[in-house]
Amino acid sequence: MVEFFTTTNLGIVLLIIGQCLLVLVPLLVALAFLMYADRKVWAAVQMRRGPNVVGPFGLLQSFADFLKYIVKEIVVPAGADKFVFFLAPMITFVMAVIAWVVIPWNDGWVIADLNVAILYVMAVSSLEVYGVIMGGWASNSKYPFLGSLRSAAQMISYEVSLGLIIIGIIISTGSLNFGDIVAAQDGSFGIFSWYWLPHFPMMFLFFISALAETNRPPFDLPEAESELVAGYQVEYSSTPFLLFMIGELMAVVLMCALVSLLFLGGWLSPIPGLPDGILWLIGKMLFAFFIFAMIKAITPRYRYDQLMRLGWKVFLPMSLFWVVLVSFLAKFELFGGAYARWAVGG
Amino acid sequence: MTPIVIAFYLFAVSTITGGLMTVVSRNPVHSVLWLILSFLSSAGLFVLLGAEFVAMLLIIVYVGAVAVLFLFVVMMLDVDFAELKAEMTRYMPLALLIGVVILMQFALAFGAWDYSDGAADRIASPAGEIHNTKALGLLIYDKYIMLFQLSGLILLVAMIGAIVLTLRHRTDIKRQDIVGQMMRDPAKQMELKDVKPGQGL
Repeated sequence: MVEFFTTTNLGIVLLIIGQCLLVLVPLLVALAFLMYADRKVWAAVQMRRGPNVVGPFGLLQSFADFLKYIVKEIVVPAGADKFVFFLAPMITFVMAVIAWVVIPWNDGWVIADLNVAILYVMAVSSLEVYGVIMGGWASNSKYPFLGSLRSAAQMISYEVSLGLIIIGIIISTGSLNFGDIVAAQDGSFGIFSWYWLPHFPMMFLFFISALAETNRPPFDLPEAESELVAGYQVEYSSTPFLLFMIGELMAVVLMCALVSLLFLGGWLSPIPGLPDGILWLIGKMLFAFFIFAMIKAITPRYRYDQLMRLGWKVFLPMSLFWVVLVSFLAKFELFGGAYARWAVGG
Repeated sequence: MTPIVIAFYLFAVSTITGGLMTVVSRNPVHSVLWLILSFLSSAGLFVLLGAEFVAMLLIIVYVGAVAVLFLFVVMMLDVDFAELKAEMTRYMPLALLIGVVILMQFALAFGAWDYSDGAADRIASPAGEIHNTKALGLLIYDKYIMLFQLSGLILLVAMIGAIVLTLRHRTDIKRQDIVGQMMRDPAKQMELKDVKPGQGL
């Protein structure tokens, strides 16, 4: 039986499909509850009750919304470029899903163990902007177009600093593989061996850039409801809108996973001695998501020129300087090799 | 037909289709989208060749940045497509000439050309049997560092040149001075006046 799944072509295909489903189905179910959690946190900060009607404590709200989106009518605006109009939400959704293929859940629990896993995630997340641009352009309408133009500029700007921050991590690890990056954070000090400490300021920069990259508040200018109604999503209804929404939320959860893997030690336990495992990773992702939800609730929206200034004039020079600094610290193995984990074999 | 062969034909066909549709589609935005398909499929071909680092860079740099800017510009341009098409026929002979030259080069390379004896051995990676991210790093940053730095310098000069040519400092607009704005002291910036009724200031 094992031989069938590891040697024959059909067996390998079935095995990979099984693995994909094993990641995708729990992820999509989790998304429904994360959406609910997001709204509940938001409501709690504003002293509202949030969704509380469907199911116990409103737990089934997301599923009710899901059904609503499915059965509604799809409206295509007149003059829309139909093919691109429907391609856009699909791209957003597919790109959000396929990035998960390289995310390890535990030591070796990964569908595709690529050498260039981080670059793959960067590549996929750089493709996500196309869903937004195409959706805005194909709608043939003013607000979506403005929203998509904003989004294009915003996502490109913040990808640069995301990439540079990741380069610092790569230099410290000497590998582009997530498994190696987490393994490099395994030290005798538990939580203090993780990269958040040596790469301390960069963790915040990464987090803020991730907010901008995923169009979350306070950087949700592409869909700023007070000026652009809902940006590039204005003309979308029913299932295409649902795909956009799932894609966006999944990109947020992916960023949570990246923060957990790169800075918070992935599946490693914070206290030396406790067993490592998938539960730690999920716990860290939930923590990161909670911060995402809190930031959405408590921050006012940035103005567009301030957003651009922050990206190009503050984050880019800082992360560029950090790359040079980390290279220096890694080359000479300063601070007990905290920046050169490949050298100390940690 | 192994899976790799199937994947090769899939990527090859979509690369060529993408390239062809880039040229023939009527709408420039569609052209750019087809171009992106072409980029993505050639990245797939690189993966099949075992050059996964180059493939990812192709996607990140060309698809993720260059093509987005391309799309950005093309979407905002208000061009007359019919006029553009008429313009295109003027350059047709030149394009055909280039096409014929490339075709002849291919014909030479695959037909009449003979490789010298030692050529086949040189196809192997000069860096040895290590995975290609590391191999590229060793080659670019250690062995050919001078050439790499020189090309970087040329790019820097080009960038500064572009900025110098296009930058004009306008004095008739209001600018943000973030540090100045944050450092403002309310006590010095505001003055409270006691306005008497019926008199004004």
